[in-house]
Amino acid sequence: MELICPAGTLAAFRDAVDVGADAVYCGFRDETNARNFPGLNLTRDELATAIAYARPRGVKTLVAINTFMRQDDERLWTSAVDDAATIGADALILADIGLLAYAAERWPEQRRHLSVQAGAANSDSIAFYVEAFGVKRVVLPRVLTIAEVAALTRAVPCETEVFVFGGLCVMEEGRCSLSSYATGRSPNMHGVCSPASHVRYREEGAETVSELGAFTINRFPASEPAGYPTICKGRFVADGEAGYLFEDPVSLDVTQHLGELAAAGVSALKIEGRQRGRAYVARVVAEFRHALDGTGAATAGNLSPMSEGLRTTAGSYNKGWR
Amino acid sequence: MMRLTLGPVLYLWDTDSWLDFYRRIADEADVNTVVLGEVVCSKRTHFHEQHLPEIIDRLRRGGKSVRLASLALITLAREQRSTRDLARRDDVEIEANDIAAHQVLAGRRHAVGPFVNVYNAATAKVLAWRGVSSICLPPELPAASIAGIAAALPDVELEVFAFGRLPLAISVRCAHARRKGLTKDNCRFVCGDDPDGLLVETLDRQPFLALNGVQTMSSTYNSLLGELSPLAKLGVGAMRLSPQRCDMVAVADTFRAAASGRLAPAEAQGRLADLCPGVALSNGAIHGAAGHLTVPD
Repeated sequence: MELICPAGTLAAFRDAVDVGADAVYCGFRDETNARNFPGLNLTRDELATAIAYARPRGVKTLVAINTFMRQDDERLWTSAVDDAATIGADALILADIGLLAYAAERWPEQRRHLSVQAGAANSDSIAFYVEAFGVKRVVLPRVLTIAEVAALTRAVPCETEVFVFGGLCVMEEGRCSLSSYATGRSPNMHGVCSPASHVRYREEGAETVSELGAFTINRFPASEPAGYPTICKGRFVADGEAGYLFEDPVSLDVTQHLGELAAAGVSALKIEGRQRGRAYVARVVAEFRHALDGTGAATAGNLSPMSEGLRTTAGSYNKGWR
Repeated sequence: MMRLTLGPVLYLWDTDSWLDFYRRIADEADVNTVVLGEVVCSKRTHFHEQHLPEIIDRLRRGGKSVRLASLALITLAREQRSTRDLARRDDVEIEANDIAAHQVLAGRRHAVGPFVNVYNAATAKVLAWRGVSSICLPPELPAASIAGIAAALPDVELEVFAFGRLPLAISVRCAHARRKGLTKDNCRFVCGDDPDGLLVETLDRQPFLALNGVQTMSSTYNSLLGELSPLAKLGVGAMRLSPQRCDMVAVADTFRAAASGRLAPAEAQGRLADLCPGVALSNGAIHGAAGHLTVPD
């Protein structure tokens, strides 16, 4: 299984290559990718530098252009495809049907992967992207159990890739407009969930209140660290009772199931976190490299200090999570 | 002439309420198209499936065209099988809410619902080329995008989500069951206890969202009553009214009166507010603002 690692900066990119990534994925510094955070992602020149560093070391570079083209701003997306292909990306990670059509027609030889943002969770959906646009690999949404991943991998005429570590979307990726509803900035169109520009922390008595747009997402007593206000990890009231309605502030960790994923025929394991720092990338990638090479076991214990919120879950991969 | 589409009931309604609702719609509602079928959760399908032939027949006798909608999220083998069976029907128009249904329908005339990501004309063109004749656009799409898509695809009927709680997200995890201490697999159909959704408030008791089984919706009802005329000028052909537990016949009448100019937008909004007591209306997304906001016309 290939190990696919995130890089939000050139420095993190080099670290990922050095500690054993088989491929590194990154995006351009704009709304064309789903981690459009200030100061993050690569310029065109940096992508060229990254590829020049990775290729001689046998490491592939994947470019995520995985938001949905905004009508009348399509050139931002099509030029990202043109530039990534020209600079020499090993694969483009795409979600938008119109952009897939463009890439398949304009750059037929360029390898295309289907982003998790396309939300292709069954073999008929995947067949559409394979038949219509020649997609070679699909990144599966985080809505499937390991048994379902195995069945799907057997049923589809392309490779599958799954997330194994990092942030956990509770909702199906690519079809969540919770953040858009609260802020007017859309994950699908602007590439950002819970944009920092709309996040506010304020002190109220002994509590820290985290807000997104006009809404309180959580309140933390002084004894608790104040987490980032992501709606699906927020604390709300329903039926008169307060709690984490959708999911606790946990992140994904599937280190315990790597053997099952290998047996399932999965081609690649993906680590989330282009927005995380170099230390995170280096440590997590190294840990997974050891586990995959059989030189050590990556365990929840080893990696849990790296997880946001410090607690982890195997998410949908365990049936009981539903 | 603006067409009105009654979207599928997104909630789990008990069989009697469901039957009464559709019989009345068939006989009294001034809508052009009615979309039936379970979109949110395959576990609910058996509640109404056996009554569909009767309701389809009655709606047609009432002069409505009928569409059957597919599920929005398909992960299980049995969900894929039932979607294939649905997509192979040729006695009724099908609305694909997942690209899987579109894949099976390819080459045949069909509709696409608001759960398929159509954000631009390039995407709509691919779908149209493969047989899609009408598209209900994603509710977060601003008017500027709608204008461009409509201009590029004059032969595809574009529909806009114009009334009801906004569908914001879907998951395989059921937050509704979880709230009641259950899981999706042993849910006891608790979502049926909240036929208009279970209100979610912030810790400061501000209404925010609503739970509907595995779907998360807005606490507000979206209302585009004030935008009917500009949307018609852009080339939008139909408005989708999503059923809530209010008088949907009167809601449809209000939209019809506003669309035909018999009722001024402000007056229509007032009438709609009376029909939905205690619920805030919103229209932010169409103006490119946060979806929960109300932007003055």
